[in-house]
Amino acid sequence: MSSAEDIEIRLFLDAIFLRYHYDFRRYSMASLKRRIAAAKAHLGCETVSALQEKLLHDPDTFTRLLQYLTIQVSDMFRDPAFFRAMRERVIPELETYPSLKIWIAGCSNGEELYSFAILLREEGLLDRTMLYATDINPEALRKAEAGIYALDRIASFTENHRLSGARCSLSDYYSAAYGSAVFDRSLRKNVVFTDHSLATDSVFAEVQVVSCRNVLIYFDRMLQDRALGLVKDALCRRGFLGLGAKETLQFSAQAESFRELSLSDRWYQKC
Amino acid sequence: MLAVKPGKPAEAVVIGASAGALDALTVLLPEVSRELAVPVVVVVHLSPLRPSLLPDILRPLCASEVKEPDDKEPVRRGVIWLAPPDYHLLIDADRTFSFSVDEPVKFSRPSIDVLFESAADVYRDQLVGVVLTGANDDGALGARAIRRSGGLVLVQDPKLAEAPEMPRAAVSLADPQFVGALPEIVETLTAITRRPA
Repeated sequence: MSSAEDIEIRLFLDAIFLRYHYDFRRYSMASLKRRIAAAKAHLGCETVSALQEKLLHDPDTFTRLLQYLTIQVSDMFRDPAFFRAMRERVIPELETYPSLKIWIAGCSNGEELYSFAILLREEGLLDRTMLYATDINPEALRKAEAGIYALDRIASFTENHRLSGARCSLSDYYSAAYGSAVFDRSLRKNVVFTDHSLATDSVFAEVQVVSCRNVLIYFDRMLQDRALGLVKDALCRRGFLGLGAKETLQFSAQAESFRELSLSDRWYQKC
Repeated sequence: MLAVKPGKPAEAVVIGASAGALDALTVLLPEVSRELAVPVVVVVHLSPLRPSLLPDILRPLCASEVKEPDDKEPVRRGVIWLAPPDYHLLIDADRTFSFSVDEPVKFSRPSIDVLFESAADVYRDQLVGVVLTGANDDGALGARAIRRSGGLVLVQDPKLAEAPEMPRAAVSLADPQFVGALPEIVETLTAITRRPA
């Protein structure tokens, strides 16, 4: 028997899809329940049904709700070993391409995007690379495009960057002002920020690298398979896929399409 | 009456510990690992900045498999599962592990509350939650969630814990069925986690 709240959540996710065309129905329910509970508390609703009523009759509520349903908290150069492996294993092959396209799928507030841009500049590839930074949350995309982060986060960004095998100091890439670090606009000269959903949209370009880190963890297995199918179709042959430290293709229907390049650092290469 | 009782394995055990965790876990887990018939999922507050040493420390001491789960990995019985640093660890209704990088809860990621609440939702009255030594109040809300869905909550006696705050918060918020010294917790727990003779 389903609990009243389980039923409410199903109806709520249907309502979001029917009214706003955002599809959370195949998200991992354990995480989503926590996010819905947080939204309920912040928007002053006692029940999910009350939240649903507000959502259906007040479009502003959806904009606010989306912050609670999608925002994750990441670092620049999160898992430095991933970026070190990129310098060692991925960059040498990318250097053989005259021009590059890289897709940062689920870029959130842009920490991963700037990490990639900085690494590519250090490896001398940024000028010939087009980056696509996509997310379903327009507010997150705006923040990613602004490239401004609280100064108190910079210490951990700097340490991660150093551990990634950096050739310069992170401070070369931002200026500090009024408690914020503003990242150099030249880093995003070749970046296209765009709204794209791994749940409902299709492939938009052929790319050599996809970074999709700590995005799939929010999906159930069926939606993971869909998203990984898109990633596979977007990648050229021998293209690279970077996943989050706990994400794996092992339980996925797409496992056969990739080989493990560096399993401990979660780099895969399309066969 | 309790759904979980000695001689009848629970469906799962979740354990939370913080300051003082290593000493407590190196006593508790080797005992629990013998003839282990259930999954045991452990959250310890860890530094997010480096890989955890816990698996390497505990593996040689334990008779069962000791492992950090991957996303969507089935919650297998007979394994001691350790939450990795810098993610929340959750359990989904299909009994697979799930992760999130949502904000830290009570300054912690992984958070004990997050694991306990998701596990309570899935295992209901077939879950055992254990709160050990720690210096904040993470785990108290989670223990209460386990209690409310009919599960069994064991808490280390705050007076005997290396850091009393965490068990004390769990005692006052969750009204646990059992509060005791570490050896008593080991005894109660192994009666529930071992294969029936």
